Amino acid sequence: MDQITFIFNIMVPAFTNGLLITLALIAVTAPIGFLLGVGIACGRVYGGKGLSWLMHLYTIFFRGCPLLLLLFILYFGLPSFGIVLTPFVASVMGFIFCNSAYNSEYVRGSILSVKEGQLIAAKALGMTKNQAILNIVLPQALRRSIPGISNEFIYLIKYSSLAYMITVIELTGASKLIATKYFAYNETFIAVAIVYLLLVTITTFGASALEKKYAIPG
Amino acid sequence: MTDDRYILRLENIKKAFGKNEVLKGVSLEVKKGETICFIGPSGTGKSTLLRCINQLTIPDSGKIFLNDEEVTHAGPRINYFRQKIGMVFQNFFLFDHLTAVRNVEVALLKVKKMNPKEAREKAMFELKQVGMADWADHYPAELSGGQAQRVSIARALAMDPDIMLFDEPTSALDPELTREVLEVMKKLAVEGMTMLVVTHEMGFACSVANKICFMEHGHIKEQGTPAELLNNPEFERCKAFIGEFREYSQ
Repeated sequence: MDQITFIFNIMVPAFTNGLLITLALIAVTAPIGFLLGVGIACGRVYGGKGLSWLMHLYTIFFRGCPLLLLLFILYFGLPSFGIVLTPFVASVMGFIFCNSAYNSEYVRGSILSVKEGQLIAAKALGMTKNQAILNIVLPQALRRSIPGISNEFIYLIKYSSLAYMITVIELTGASKLIATKYFAYNETFIAVAIVYLLLVTITTFGASALEKKYAIPG
Repeated sequence: MTDDRYILRLENIKKAFGKNEVLKGVSLEVKKGETICFIGPSGTGKSTLLRCINQLTIPDSGKIFLNDEEVTHAGPRINYFRQKIGMVFQNFFLFDHLTAVRNVEVALLKVKKMNPKEAREKAMFELKQVGMADWADHYPAELSGGQAQRVSIARALAMDPDIMLFDEPTSALDPELTREVLEVMKKLAVEGMTMLVVTHEMGFACSVANKICFMEHGHIKEQGTPAELLNNPEFERCKAFIGEFREYSQ
């Protein structure tokens, strides 16, 4: 089999299938991980002592636990408690825990960077705390979180490959299968690395565009 | 006391931050349409007193009444009172991510639940009142301090407050910008707005205030009309304080 045949008949279909799974993992994880992250950050900054502590524990645990171990526990460990997850669901859950824990720290930092006067002025106008957070603090904080959250998004693109370790045939998994089958390690892995690089580059430019779009004039 | 001539009453307000007693029992009665200026050395509780009135700072004891309704211990109803008590801050505290007009309309939309068209009209009207209509689409960072402060006055006025609190509104501004803000405040006072103003602008206090309160060490040490306070202050420290201003303004 020559190179051209290999690329078009083997690599492209395998990569396409794998890429779709990778994109699906990211598409489910990223929005939920983002929203959870914002919620956790708000809980830590504005919640009472109890809630704040609970959220802190969450971040300590999920930033502290190696993601691969977390996936192993979710997929291989939970069945002994009668909870059986499909590989895809277990992966997404692990990613969401990890993604949201990191995102919450980016958002928390941004919330703390919003000057206190903003919240004071909002309260003085008769806004409830929730209205003030939602309409005044978060719009400013989230703008400042864009670099951090896009950073975490880039990580997500790459650590989504860990799903392969619990049998999800995503991009890395698909490439591994054909690399071993056809004994074409270099071609395959370099090609798949380029695909990841493309995804990350698109994200980088996307984040810049987002930052520009939401930049506050002046 | 249920004298309904008073729009605002403070009864024996006390506030301490840790061991530092900032307000040691301040009582005050304000009539509708009055402008009261608070003067005195820094750190004597003037700003804290204003913040107690709309409960941004919760006093340790004492009661506050707005139109004979108790503001202290109001629970969630405090957000209603805060709409009735406009506040203007030394550092403006405009919402950085919103244009001038959106700064003014955001509370109309979110708190008063006005429809967007009405809110925009009201916001533009208030910006016109402070001479900032031409700057409606500019962001706070694009405004001078005087312009920003005028927008913040418009923002407070948009809620149709019963009284306005000004916490050193011109202390962050140079003399020229100070004048443009004081002009707006003077106009408000003339139009009959009830105003409590913490200020170091003696010229403004003397020409606009119905009453000047001299504060020191957490007490209102002396109060009276500008003429009374300027011509024969009873209290020695007040005399010295006003004297210093006179010296510099000559």
